Amino acid sequence: MNALLQIEDLRLTYPSSGFRKRSPEILKGVSLDIAAGEAVGLVGESGSGKTTLGRAVLGLAAPTGGRILFEGHDITHLDIKDRRSLARDLQVVFQDPYTSLNPVLQIADILSEPLIAQGIEGAEARKRVMALLDRVGMPANAAQRYPREFSGGQRQRIAIARALALKPRLIVCDEPVSALDLTTQARVLDLFVELQRDTGVAYLFITHDLAVVRHISHRVAVMYRGELVETGTTAQVTSAPTHEYTKSLLLAAPTCDPDRQKARREARWALKTGKT
Amino acid sequence: MSVPELPGGLTGNEPEQASPKHRAGALSRLLHNPLGLISLIVLVILILLALFTPLLTHHSPIYASLNHVNAPVGTPDWPLGGDQYGRDIWSRVLTSIQVSLISAVIGASVGIVVGAVFGLIAGYVGRHTDAIASWVFNLLMTFPALVLVMLLYPVMGSTYQGMMLIFGLFLAPGIFRLVRNLVQAVRNELYVDAARVSGLSNWRILSRHVLYVVRGPIVISGVFLASSAIGVQAGLAFLGFGSTQTPSFGSMTNDAFANIYTAPLQIVWPALFLALLNASLILLGNAYRDALAAPQSKARKPAVPDEQAETETVATPANKTQGGLLSVRNLRVSYPMPDGGRKLVVSGLSLDVSAGEIVGLVGESGSGKTQTAFSILGLLPKEAQISADCLSLAGDPLIGKGAGLMRKLRQGVMSYVPQEPMANLDPAFTIGSQLKESLRKTVSRREAHYMIVSLLERVGIPDPEAMMKQYPHQISGGMAQRVLIAAAVMSRPKLLIADEPTTALDVTLQAEILDLLRELQGELGMGVLLVTHNFGVVADLCDRVVVMKEGELIEEGPVREIFHHPAMDYTKELVSAILDEETVRPDPPAVVSSSRQEGFW
Repeated sequence: MNALLQIEDLRLTYPSSGFRKRSPEILKGVSLDIAAGEAVGLVGESGSGKTTLGRAVLGLAAPTGGRILFEGHDITHLDIKDRRSLARDLQVVFQDPYTSLNPVLQIADILSEPLIAQGIEGAEARKRVMALLDRVGMPANAAQRYPREFSGGQRQRIAIARALALKPRLIVCDEPVSALDLTTQARVLDLFVELQRDTGVAYLFITHDLAVVRHISHRVAVMYRGELVETGTTAQVTSAPTHEYTKSLLLAAPTCDPDRQKARREARWALKTGKT
Repeated sequence: MSVPELPGGLTGNEPEQASPKHRAGALSRLLHNPLGLISLIVLVILILLALFTPLLTHHSPIYASLNHVNAPVGTPDWPLGGDQYGRDIWSRVLTSIQVSLISAVIGASVGIVVGAVFGLIAGYVGRHTDAIASWVFNLLMTFPALVLVMLLYPVMGSTYQGMMLIFGLFLAPGIFRLVRNLVQAVRNELYVDAARVSGLSNWRILSRHVLYVVRGPIVISGVFLASSAIGVQAGLAFLGFGSTQTPSFGSMTNDAFANIYTAPLQIVWPALFLALLNASLILLGNAYRDALAAPQSKARKPAVPDEQAETETVATPANKTQGGLLSVRNLRVSYPMPDGGRKLVVSGLSLDVSAGEIVGLVGESGSGKTQTAFSILGLLPKEAQISADCLSLAGDPLIGKGAGLMRKLRQGVMSYVPQEPMANLDPAFTIGSQLKESLRKTVSRREAHYMIVSLLERVGIPDPEAMMKQYPHQISGGMAQRVLIAAAVMSRPKLLIADEPTTALDVTLQAEILDLLRELQGELGMGVLLVTHNFGVVADLCDRVVVMKEGELIEEGPVREIFHHPAMDYTKELVSAILDEETVRPDPPAVVSSSRQEGFW
């Protein structure tokens, strides 16, 4: 399988804020491949650098070392013009559906934004916006409304529609369902899976929720303190983890069955006391 | 992050709610405000008077007729009379309006253009550009504007227009700071990131997203700048700066002032029109600000409610206690709606918590679970109205208790662990001083210190002495939650109410905090009411579960019963929405043909 996205030994340190003050390295040499049509889950605790990795791929954070290749082309540092042509293939869905949509713009304007950037305007753009709304299960009259009129799940559908507008080949999804209610979360995840089957888009799916990862991804990469500690197929990583951190992560996630949860709790304690 | 629960309907949770009225633009809201409408009409009339001055007057404002020296009001062709030189006051007033409006336009637009352009650039680009621009504008602010305007007056050709040009520059720093701060806030919004990913150029992002947000405040402060430009121009003219050939309110007032013993009425005209002009501008600005603020206030998230002096309560007579630690019967909570009605967010909820029992209160956002918890704690905002057949803690009715008594209860028999640990610690004080505060009254300083150290040790903080000296921003979210749990159990409460205590935390931290809650609950024999939407947390901790939806109780029962044999459809739906533990995604990666597919697109 040819890799769509290749991340090679990526390092990133945010510019230091003070004089003679070294800021810590956020990414310490991360390598990861994503094939076309594949969903790769990236899990880790907050502060592990998983969001930063996503932002580096999107060009929103500047890596200090290593390379990012998209279809073989180096996209580590792109100027705005090349970024614009890459925008056709690479898109994003953010975590917080409340701040990722501009509150003063109508949904139609939000959705046509990526189209305008590519020079698609007028009737053609309107037609595409309607098709997109339909595609993510939103009514057509949503186009003339404002983000505040929609619930979290609906806003996230709109954000997905915006990401889909240019028929991308890879979408970076940064915790796209963590702010949603349980039932909404399940439906939005189903939408992600369905869209992937229909369009062959690949996902880099960043989340801290292992249940979500199991549901959506073909492969899983586990990130811990700026490094990938384990990568493998979803079944492999979530049922037979090899790294200690992955094990503790799996045991820490509560399961929704009181009796099994009790067993898991005891296993976690055993792992903890075994270590110390 | 999770979205705080609101009294339903005030958020965007129900899409059906959008009435066309909400969508009306700021302009039409402005016109619906009587103050806005009146001041707009006055302003438009003044502008029209200025525009059509030649048609409305019979003389030039500087034409002096000796026959009309101090002519009374109502003299033919001299509608407002003549001044001490026999000049037509009406004509002079209209010309002064022109001068004032031109001053306003020059002063305000120079200020806005210079301030907004540099503010946009400095705020958006940041770094050195920002530092240099801020430095220059701050320097400009330190100059005494009026003195410099007077000094530079001859340099600018001794015209009032030149004077306003200079004055506009001195107005720019205010706008610069306003725009820069707004832009900095907008620059980090996710929708700007999304626009960047879409490949929009910086210019497009600025004009589309950023300018959109800042234009309201710019227009409002522009109006105020205009009125201050008018004031300054009139003031300087009063002092004698300006050509005697161009009448203005300042010079008119000066003339009338000199003539005040002969014709006292003459001072009224310039004063009246100057006041009308300035008042209409300022009131219009205020009305526009209100019009802009209107829709935003709907989306605003409420702050954590303060303890309220007078939460409206309706005590109902049947205040019987029904055993158990906490007993709630038929709890109703409602909020006033803009149309005068009341919106019920909790309708007839009943629940019990026994000593030593952990009860999970679950529901989706907007189900009223947090509202229920806050009504027990007495923390609802004051517009909330609560009533219940019974709301009692250990046999003590809670409804109708004053704020002071409720506070005492919260420091004693019941306590609260919030969702956002950081938001509930005061950034200005060290952890130690915040914890000691509640102990001050009862125990000595040293005793309090000793108690807190042992308590922090108990909640799993490695170095309690060091922790007490730290400020909230120096500790992690998990540590902050431990501190708050320590604070909550300090008084050995009988009832602990925890509102989504682990939602803001990672799974690993979540597991540790849940362990801690379980241990403390066992040691102290507390009853716990755990508000959450996470079924994993419920399965881990709870003995009994109460399921809520839209303010109503759907189902309650022992935890295994709810998970394995839910009776109600809604509970079934919730339980089935839990993502399966065993199955991993079955289908292989999607097949992608080499050419771009045109499927649904």
